[in-house]
Amino acid sequence: MIRMEPRTEISRRMTIIAPVAAVLVALALASIPLLAAGQNLFEAYGLMFKGAFGSAFAISETFTRATPLILTGLAAAVAFRAKFWNIGGEGQFYLGALGAVVVGTGAISAPVWILLPLVLIAGAAAGAIGLIGPAYLKTRFNTDEVVTTLLLNFIILLFVQMLLQGWLKDPMSLGWPQSSPIVDEALLPPLVGRLRVHAGLLVALGAAIGVYILMRHTVLGFRLRAVGENPHAARHAGISVSRTMLWAAAISGALAGLAGVSEVIGLKGYLTSDISPGFGYAGIVVAMLAGLSPIGVVISSVFIAAIFVGADSMSRAIGVSNYIADLVVALSLLCVLVGGVAARYRFRWMGLKGREV
Amino acid sequence: MEFLEIFLSANFWAASLRIATPLIFGTLGALICERAGVLNLGIEGIFTAGAMSGWLAVWLGAGLIGGLLVAMVVGALIGLIHGILTVPLGLSQHVSGIGVTLLATSVAYFTYRTTLPDVTSPPRIEPFRPLDIPILSDLPFIGPALFQQTFMTYLAIALVFIVGWVLARTPLGLAIRAVGDNPASVDSQGMSVYGLRIGAVMVGSSIMALGGAFLTMAAFDAFFFGMVNGRGWICIALTVFASWRPRKALLGALLFGAFEAYQVRLQTEVGSFVPGEVFLMAPYVLSIIALIVAARSADYPRALLVPWFKGQR
Amino acid sequence: MSAAKRTSAPEAGIELPVILELDNITKRFGPVIANDGISLTLRRGEVVALLGENGSGKTTLMNVLFGHYVAEDGEVRVAGKNDNLVQLAPGSPQTALEAGIGMVHQHFTLAENLTGFENILLGVESLFGLARGRGAARQKVQNIVRESGLAVDLDIRVSSLTVGEKQRVEILKALYRDARILVLDEPTAVLTPQESEGLFEIIAKLSAGGLAVIFISHKLHEVLAASHRMVILRGGKVAGKLVTADADRTMIAEMMVGRSVPGSKRSAMAPGEIILKFDGAHVDGVDARRSLHNASIEVREHEIVGIAGVTGNGQAALAALISGLVKPDKGSVQFLGERVSKFTPKSFMDAGIGRIPEDRHHDGVVGAMSVAENLAIENLEDGRFSSNGMLRFAGFREYADAMIDTYDIRCSGPDAETRLLSGGNMQKLILARVLDCEPKLILANQPTRGLDVGAQTDVHNRLLAARERGAAIVLISEDLDELFALADRIVVIHAGNLEDAGAIENLDRTSVGLMMAGHQDEARAS
Repeated sequence: MIRMEPRTEISRRMTIIAPVAAVLVALALASIPLLAAGQNLFEAYGLMFKGAFGSAFAISETFTRATPLILTGLAAAVAFRAKFWNIGGEGQFYLGALGAVVVGTGAISAPVWILLPLVLIAGAAAGAIGLIGPAYLKTRFNTDEVVTTLLLNFIILLFVQMLLQGWLKDPMSLGWPQSSPIVDEALLPPLVGRLRVHAGLLVALGAAIGVYILMRHTVLGFRLRAVGENPHAARHAGISVSRTMLWAAAISGALAGLAGVSEVIGLKGYLTSDISPGFGYAGIVVAMLAGLSPIGVVISSVFIAAIFVGADSMSRAIGVSNYIADLVVALSLLCVLVGGVAARYRFRWMGLKGREV
Repeated sequence: MEFLEIFLSANFWAASLRIATPLIFGTLGALICERAGVLNLGIEGIFTAGAMSGWLAVWLGAGLIGGLLVAMVVGALIGLIHGILTVPLGLSQHVSGIGVTLLATSVAYFTYRTTLPDVTSPPRIEPFRPLDIPILSDLPFIGPALFQQTFMTYLAIALVFIVGWVLARTPLGLAIRAVGDNPASVDSQGMSVYGLRIGAVMVGSSIMALGGAFLTMAAFDAFFFGMVNGRGWICIALTVFASWRPRKALLGALLFGAFEAYQVRLQTEVGSFVPGEVFLMAPYVLSIIALIVAARSADYPRALLVPWFKGQR
Repeated sequence: MSAAKRTSAPEAGIELPVILELDNITKRFGPVIANDGISLTLRRGEVVALLGENGSGKTTLMNVLFGHYVAEDGEVRVAGKNDNLVQLAPGSPQTALEAGIGMVHQHFTLAENLTGFENILLGVESLFGLARGRGAARQKVQNIVRESGLAVDLDIRVSSLTVGEKQRVEILKALYRDARILVLDEPTAVLTPQESEGLFEIIAKLSAGGLAVIFISHKLHEVLAASHRMVILRGGKVAGKLVTADADRTMIAEMMVGRSVPGSKRSAMAPGEIILKFDGAHVDGVDARRSLHNASIEVREHEIVGIAGVTGNGQAALAALISGLVKPDKGSVQFLGERVSKFTPKSFMDAGIGRIPEDRHHDGVVGAMSVAENLAIENLEDGRFSSNGMLRFAGFREYADAMIDTYDIRCSGPDAETRLLSGGNMQKLILARVLDCEPKLILANQPTRGLDVGAQTDVHNRLLAARERGAAIVLISEDLDELFALADRIVVIHAGNLEDAGAIENLDRTSVGLMMAGHQDEARAS
């Protein structure tokens, strides 16, 4: 018999130890399939680490990959704080990218200091609109936002594919379904010489600081937390739950949309329908690993990005399928959930007869 | 009018049933879990894992029935993970379900890639063939429309009635419904809330896995990445639409199958005017609409999403 | 029923065999000792009342008995065959059930989507069997119903039964399992006085048939009416054991509380202007419990209007209406002489209405947020707490320090997590938040539920002080003692209807009780 007793005081230390331990356990668990696939663990994990942090190029790749993850992670963190389960980060990412393409491929010509902010705003707005819909359905009809946002991911991706086959298709692309390139005035510049890491990283870091201030220091952030922790008490205390929920959705969608913008105008320069390898879903893991803390999101994004970049590099070197990265990411999520229980409860071994020992 | 003629082709009805089959399995599975009070968003991953593992088992020589059994065991094991996380540990059923989906999907993909590293075109198996039922299959129109399906479609329909009967009429069914309404009611009578809930999630998950297996072992004959394509999520919406009743779940899945079969045929008629993506979007849009329509009056199992801890009332 | 019959068994001097023995039970939760060496014996056919305040250890003791908790020390012994006592394995509800211990909890443990009959059979039938051969089971249930008088329709869904009927199903569940010991945890909390009487009759009948009953309560008059003996707990210890026939009220009360409790003094005051007025207000709730029909009521300055009624008769709708959570479907609400048109919690608070919710954990506080945050939550836009949408932490802290001091909220400081506060301190926090704004109207919905006597007195005094200041107060309570102590006027609520019973001076408990049960005519006659 094991008994769970709630801890009266959750130590600050546990909030750091739990995710770190979760990640270690996830890596340990992922070694089972690696061993089953006949790999040497030290070699495999060594190659992963080297692939993620072993050179200036590797580090640049990791931070490039972390950039959209920070934004989708923040998107999930804001929504989850209000207990609004936005699983549609992937869809909002594409909406954001779409917004950037609509504004940034020559429809408007303006100097960089006008066009660049305009593109960012357009993408954020598109993402926000994409999430306000499900939020409205939840507050109005009590439809489960998890299912609607999930289904919307598929709808939005098909919508993007449709546009890339039609109105937005680049006439110069030789039949490939991709958009026209973003004009120079709307591009985010690279940060370091010829490496791929780009100014989108600064946007993401700025967003993290912004979300931190929002959650801790503003009335809206207070309301968001109150609604998330106890919507009944919040409503009783005069906080409009639906309005707060819509705000949370708008901010969350905007952040996920920004992730899409950043990939299009910072990295790729045009839109394709496979531009995201699941950044929206990975953002959920990033947010949970971070315990929904905006600053934690930055750290956990770098970790998740390192897993992906490292796994790609390992895959190229020794032929292990790079799906191992998705596996580690999924395991990290489940382990951090369990770790959260360990932080909140004490487990007591009660002996077989049920007496405490 | 050719729009109506579609209904007159036996082919259309057969396709409806075929498309509905995985949805019947999935919705039944989801319904069992939710009746016991656990939302199982692992469904999308369980579909993928069921599709991959069942197919792989057949490809490795286990036979079709062996493949189904493998898929069911894999489904039950994934259900066990979700059950442990959400029932005794009381974690958010939403987040745990998403985690389980990510895990099951990545394990399935990784296993497939590792077992078959160098294939360019997916290898094929000999899938379930349409099963002729004496007399019924030979009836004009009705035969080809309804009675030339694979074993799995008949199994799905049989399961609808079995699950319905178990839930409504047997002590086990009473206990499952009770634990999804008020866990204290079974606890106070000396039964295990954890046991019932985890058991229901495992059984539900193994039925979901059959839905996945249908895709690779009856509808197609190979496994592709991304082949589940949101079918699991559609089942979650259908469960609400069916208000947690097996026979309404069958009805919902059939309506859905008919809708999709119809629009595929419609596409050949009007495909030149409307982009194909619009048709592909239709099932997801329809699911959202079904959810909105049903959610307004939905009579959710009272203890759905609510964790229960021992010694607490 | 006759008192003579109830007290017959022990007074006849026949020593019936002991059926249950709790020996020196000690249970700790961390540093708190919930049960400290409690011993208790129960004989066949005996009704023993377990009496004590909230937090005195009654519920813990029963959870030990029922195997939900494992005691650090002490034993539970139950009579086996031949009446010899056998130790009960600790920590196993299943064993307790099999030993013949049945428990009726305060919160019913019924699946509402099943019928009463199905609830009774849950867990009795083999789980993987088929539901055949229910004829025998039905026969057994019918026999029990006939012998005990627990009449209830067992073939409709539990969700459509009344509270009293659900309780009967609960008792039937225990009896069907051949319970020899029946534990009733606060069984009357949800019943009308008349329904309670009916319950006492059934208890008398069952105990006459040999059933041993433990009756948990904190209401003196019930205990005096229904038990043979009583065991009084205080602070986790046995404070006294009495034979009911020899006991008197003041003695019991002092044993329970450990000191004599000064009652709150309500001074006579002339009511002033009308503050709140309902004119035929109508709320169509999702069910009868949340509906209000054609309600008219007036509440004035310096006046406490007590709303008497059994829980679930529309109090929730009335409270929601005064809290601004719902708007009336018909009729009007007037506040300070003006018709209210906007029904939101915010507009109500801004107008000067303070609300103390019924369930403080659910509606009163956000447990995961700090004391300071919960104190400010209703006034976030106030200049003290924010400017231009940004929070002012200094303002939060300053205000919280002041409130913690004034209202004696015991906590580790303004940053303490609110969920860690005791019930009484949580209620003080809510009182501080509500009363500090000096509202013109106060809704106090079950303000002392679950509080110990000290905290109750504190709440009462605060409400009376607010009345003194000029506030109009609507006090919803199911505790007649509380209503008679505080209210100037009583309005009875039954099945969503409000009935003005008049000034407190002209009322007695019996007539109010009859009105609570919906028997207006008899009430007037009595």
